[in-house]
Amino acid sequence: MSTQIRDLWRILARSGGQSAPAAEPEASPASVEIAPYDPLVAYLQSARGVVEIDRLELDSAALRSLREGGVKLTVPLVAQGELIGLLNLGQRLSEQEYSVDDRALLSSLATQAAPALRVAQLVRQQKDQARRSERLEQELRIARLIQQTLLPRELPKLPGWEVAAYYRPAREVGGDFYDFIHLPDGKLVVIVADVTDKGVPAALVMATTRSVLHAAAESLISPSEVLARVNDQLIPNMPENMFVTCLYSVLDPLKRTFRFANAGHGLAFRRGVGGVSELKATGMPLGLMPDMRYEENEVVILPGETILLQSDGLAEAHNSRREMFGFPRVKQLLSDHPSGPAVLIATLVAELERFTAGGWEHEDDVTLLAIECSALGGKAAETARLAAPEVPLPLQAEFNIPSRPGNERLAIQRVSEAVQDLGLSSNRLEKLKTAVGEATMNAMEHGNKYQEDLPVHIRLRASLEKLSVFITDHGGGQRIPEAATPNLEAKLDGLQSPRGWGLFLIQNMVDDLKVTSDETYHTVELILHLEGGQHG
Amino acid sequence: MAEAQLEANVRLQAGMAVIDLRGDIDGFAEAALIAAYLQADTKEPTAMALNFGEVDYINSTGIALIVGLLARARKNKRPVIAFGLSDHFAEIFEITRLSDFMRIVSDEAAALRGAAEEKSL
Repeated sequence: MSTQIRDLWRILARSGGQSAPAAEPEASPASVEIAPYDPLVAYLQSARGVVEIDRLELDSAALRSLREGGVKLTVPLVAQGELIGLLNLGQRLSEQEYSVDDRALLSSLATQAAPALRVAQLVRQQKDQARRSERLEQELRIARLIQQTLLPRELPKLPGWEVAAYYRPAREVGGDFYDFIHLPDGKLVVIVADVTDKGVPAALVMATTRSVLHAAAESLISPSEVLARVNDQLIPNMPENMFVTCLYSVLDPLKRTFRFANAGHGLAFRRGVGGVSELKATGMPLGLMPDMRYEENEVVILPGETILLQSDGLAEAHNSRREMFGFPRVKQLLSDHPSGPAVLIATLVAELERFTAGGWEHEDDVTLLAIECSALGGKAAETARLAAPEVPLPLQAEFNIPSRPGNERLAIQRVSEAVQDLGLSSNRLEKLKTAVGEATMNAMEHGNKYQEDLPVHIRLRASLEKLSVFITDHGGGQRIPEAATPNLEAKLDGLQSPRGWGLFLIQNMVDDLKVTSDETYHTVELILHLEGGQHG
Repeated sequence: MAEAQLEANVRLQAGMAVIDLRGDIDGFAEAALIAAYLQADTKEPTAMALNFGEVDYINSTGIALIVGLLARARKNKRPVIAFGLSDHFAEIFEITRLSDFMRIVSDEAAALRGAAEEKSL
């Protein structure tokens, strides 16, 4: 308001004062601040035409200021019922009173000037807003640039493993980041972290944290030691009220171990034979307190199992009803929609979209990393083919079958339902059903000894190239017999048991059969090539 | 899962014992299959014909039962003919070489012709 009044004085000094010289008056009224609730505002809003300041009797700070500023007349400028400015006039230079004509001219001028002034005000506001928005956008661009520059350009390719990642920045760009570091011994460091705050400050802390993590990873093996060192190095320079949560893990692709420590980061999940479990390790976020110690744990990832790492952007997303997506929902989705890593992530993102009804703006970055162990071990001959990129199909099935005679029919039924959209020919489907039935029978009988509390775990995964059905029992550590061609003549002559057809049948029903075992579990992977396998 | 049942009914058709099978041939089918065989054998048939037309499922245990049945029949010099097999199970009979020891034909008429040929051998 003060600027408007000052500017208007200039206008009137030239046009309102008929005998005003070209130069501004020496006693130009000072800027007058008018508080929104000053009684003068209400008075002027309803006043008509020219108002003589000296005749007003109001307890108004603004009125006193106007008088002190030498204002004799004021004309309210009202547009759309709102007081948007004042035409203030001081004493005429001729020291004569303002005439009736002067007052009429001022009223007419105010009527015409008000809309023009309003337009000018709006244009100025718009320009100010545009400048502010541009500055904010520029900051966001910088933050995004920093963040995107530091995110991995490609996913690691590990024989026998599949890795998928998803990152989506929030509108204001949060501080999420993930990273992979290949260690000289073949292990892979997997990091998911989240810097509090948003925008450029978060991006800068993220860049620093990433550098410190890389430096620590080069010299330390233990995830807990890495986090402890990084914490100590971040403490001195961490901005106030900022910290970093981080899950630091080391994957040994050959031993299938996943060793991890957690600095206050969100839950990581493991989807395995026994269902979905949380990978827990306690520890304070980085950059808060010195001399922190971090718990470190290790799990063995079995063939077909998946690790899901995430930032809190997914679990803490809200919908328009302010309901939270929540970790339990993530866990449930992980359990209900088993599939390869890429499909898993696509499913989670789709559920997030559905939950937030599409248009809801995400409050925080969303980062998801999924790592899955395929059924194969580390044999070099098999690794090249496995390393080939696969585009998973949306095939989702994972279930347990109680070890009870006849339950292979359940397995057949569930697998048949799961693959119905894959377009398998009738012949291929029948072969798959037979193979699944036989493998499940073997698992129930030989692996689990028909103990009903030891279920057979069945999991399907499809890519464009192949369909894999993993059938896992608790018969790890046992000798796995070779599939031999049964001697039918000997069986018919009563020299051999008529049984012993299972493995032989399986081998003849699928394109490939792979068997893996550890101390606890025994897994058979039934493979159908989907683009003209040998049994097509 | 409820235990599947196999129904096995025996009838004589032009000297050929036809065992009509209905249901699943798995571990639960042993008693029904052996009983049917024994019943058929008492009829002194020229051949045993297994009608798989209404069999939905055969697993490796079922294969073993059929091998056992075939072994008994061979011991008793009874030719065995199978008909009504789906393409898939016909392929399994090929893979397991059961088809080397029992005629696989499409229907009962073909089985009767096969039984006649066996008799003339």
